[in-house]
Amino acid sequence: MSLLLATLLVLLVASAFWTGRNRALALAADGTSTLHSRPSYHGSWVALWCGLPALVLLVGWLALEPGLVDAMVVSALPEEVRELPSGELARVLDDARRVAAGERTAREPGPEVLEAARQLGRLRTYAGLAFAGLLLSVAVGGLTWARSRLRPDFRARIRVERAVRISLVACSVVAILTTVGIVLSLIFEAVRFFALVSPAEFLLGTEWSPQTAIRADQVGSSGAFGAIPVFLGTLLITVIAMAVAVPVGLFSAVYLSDYASPRTRAIVKPVLEILAGIPTVVYGVFAALSVAPMLREFGEGLGLDVASESALAAGAVMGIMIIPFVSSLSDDVISAVPSALREGSYGLGATKSETIRRVVLPAALPGIVGATLLAVSRAIGETMIVVMAAGLAANLTANPLEAVTTVTVQIVTLLVGDQEFDSAKTLAAFALGLVLFLATLILNVVALTVVRRYREKYD
Amino acid sequence: MTEGRADAVGIHDDEAARKRLRRRYAAERRFRAYGLGAIGIAMLALVVLLASVTRSGLPAFTQHELTLEIHYDAELLDPDGTRDPEVLGRADYAKPVRAALASLFPAVEGRRERRQLAGLVSKGAVFELRERVLAAPELVGTREPVRVPLSDEADQYLKGKIRTDLPESQRKVSDRQIAWIEDLRGRGLVHQVFNFRFLSSGDSREPELAGIWGAAVGSLLTLLVTLLLSFPVGVAAAVYLEEFAPRNRWTDLIEVNINNLAAVPSIVFGLLGLAVFLNFFGLPRSAPLVGGMVLALMTLPTVIIASRAAILSVPPSIREAALGVGASPLQVVVQHVLPLALPGILTGTIIGMARALGETAPLLMIGMVAFVVDVPDGPLAPATALPVQIFLWADSPEPAFREKTAAAIMVLLAFLIIMNLAAVLLRNRFERRW
Repeated sequence: MSLLLATLLVLLVASAFWTGRNRALALAADGTSTLHSRPSYHGSWVALWCGLPALVLLVGWLALEPGLVDAMVVSALPEEVRELPSGELARVLDDARRVAAGERTAREPGPEVLEAARQLGRLRTYAGLAFAGLLLSVAVGGLTWARSRLRPDFRARIRVERAVRISLVACSVVAILTTVGIVLSLIFEAVRFFALVSPAEFLLGTEWSPQTAIRADQVGSSGAFGAIPVFLGTLLITVIAMAVAVPVGLFSAVYLSDYASPRTRAIVKPVLEILAGIPTVVYGVFAALSVAPMLREFGEGLGLDVASESALAAGAVMGIMIIPFVSSLSDDVISAVPSALREGSYGLGATKSETIRRVVLPAALPGIVGATLLAVSRAIGETMIVVMAAGLAANLTANPLEAVTTVTVQIVTLLVGDQEFDSAKTLAAFALGLVLFLATLILNVVALTVVRRYREKYD
Repeated sequence: MTEGRADAVGIHDDEAARKRLRRRYAAERRFRAYGLGAIGIAMLALVVLLASVTRSGLPAFTQHELTLEIHYDAELLDPDGTRDPEVLGRADYAKPVRAALASLFPAVEGRRERRQLAGLVSKGAVFELRERVLAAPELVGTREPVRVPLSDEADQYLKGKIRTDLPESQRKVSDRQIAWIEDLRGRGLVHQVFNFRFLSSGDSREPELAGIWGAAVGSLLTLLVTLLLSFPVGVAAAVYLEEFAPRNRWTDLIEVNINNLAAVPSIVFGLLGLAVFLNFFGLPRSAPLVGGMVLALMTLPTVIIASRAAILSVPPSIREAALGVGASPLQVVVQHVLPLALPGILTGTIIGMARALGETAPLLMIGMVAFVVDVPDGPLAPATALPVQIFLWADSPEPAFREKTAAAIMVLLAFLIIMNLAAVLLRNRFERRW
């Protein structure tokens, strides 16, 4: 039904373009030079008038239809059903929807459900038909009206281009809307969380055990939401990742930019980029199923007690993932150091490594710091590696051989599975998400500022 | 003069100077070695990663099947002789399988032993026999040799993955089952075949029946939605920012926004999708439509940044020439700038799509982690995606799923390699230097 309607609409729009174009050609009987705009613009203008109002109508209908039909079904139900508590009423409607769709319901459908289902089916059919009629008549109406306005001197191009420009602006606003959506949704849910748990407890508490009872009558702990162990766990894994990524990435960048022959560079650089292109879930599998057991065995050989979900395994693999990130950013900054500085140093008799250590790296330092900060923000926000290889329990420890948890792991474990949007447990994930978003935002802004200022210095 | 020269030789040519120089050269060599070592570490990590995936994933592409002489007993399957699909669909196909096994080992007696024997064959054999009979009801009452999949434990044993030196209680295959398997192998009834089930079926609780087709279709639908949303919106935004936007605070704001969005952790996009698309707009959970929308928002910055770079690289002379012959600004963009920038735009889009294909975290947030057996039939049906399937299998305790995990990773990486190769080819073939 909806597919048929959509096809019809597309056909209508296409025919609108065609009639508009032909009309323009007919108006300009003595050649197109008397037309203000090219015939295809006349066609596009008619097509816009045919399609746009119908599209607006369609979106509005999709948004309103379920609520409207539900309200009509409810009002047709007998009084004693209508006066049921809202949860019970919603269940009746839900069952009715299933019956109308021919599915099985959890409970044996009662008479009121069957009646509602019948009503629902009838209303949906009528409403669907009425809407289809309305939609098509709006489209045809727009088409005929627009077609009747075509004249040789009609400024179709200006109008069409204005519409296109408006849509271009609208597309570029999507980026802003996304940010606004992220900020609003995080803040909205976080505020609800902070109504249940005080911000001071969240930011300063040292115990994290978010397992609250789901139903009021259940036995269970009330949950503790002190996020310090989670933050410190994130910090520990990030530090381990940086300890792997920064030296390896930086030395590779130095070698590639100052030592390697162009041929080596042409081979090694893309190979390093492959590391960046591997999906994080693959690193997660690698960390959880290959690296962690290996570390554990190795630790046993040394007589150390290594947790099977140690921070070291997750951090090291995350470090490997970030190597290409650090190396390609540092490579850019190191290459941007003017060669006059290098040549001056060589002229004084310094060796290559002395030049790099004493001249190039200090000159590139701000850029390298910026690259490192960006890498830290990547590490903090990385999810799959830690979800698969780091622990769930929030231990307050700095020992890399023990299991720690991170902000992203907690967000995933709190939100995957059954959710109830009024429990502190679910809302806590959004509070953590807000902290994560702010932390990465600040890191990015600082890093970008540092890098930009540095670039200006040498440009 | 000679004295001066002698002095110079004295400073730079005595024993201490030579030592100093040797030390400096040694430091130079060390430094160079650090650089090489760093690259070596990175390459080694890549090789180890790919090798461990390939080594554990390759066995999953084969599977062991057992040839059983199945008797489609009419008494059992269709006692009234109706050949009605309803009757045939409800019949018990486990009995013919058990009977065929028992005929191979007539000596096996007792419930426990019979059950162990039946455990050699996958539970999927029953479904496959049903499908066979439903497709060809005339089989009822006849006998034919049928190849049925072995259970994952037997399969793992045949692939040498089960250590027989462990005590019997610590492994999944008992001594007696091993004896049976070896006997069957000796009789030539066990065959190793290419595992088509892995490529053509959906997820399953039984490792030997689980496949990636369902997840692949889910990924495809998700990516399709992502592409349809992020490509037009991204290109339009890039066109506006590069060609039409005035330089003012508003456009600066948009630009800063895009750069920041590119660095927001992917899981935050998942939170956005959960709060806005699922809770506020009430879209269905686990649907590729929602997954595609979230991933589209995530890849949008990549598409915009790549498109802007491509549009910027089109030389201004082309625009001026088009304007000079009377084209409107929009005609200049649509008819001249965009076609010339298209290879660059497409390259950026493919790279963004490759990133979206490998993304897992946001999909977890919007419920695409459900256990989905059916292959999704539309963008609103519950589905999962390839990386999520890898995550789910990696979490499973059964060792046979470990093999599937690695094999699914190989398939995912193959897709990514194809996409990236396409991007590289596109760039090399069509990109023009001005």
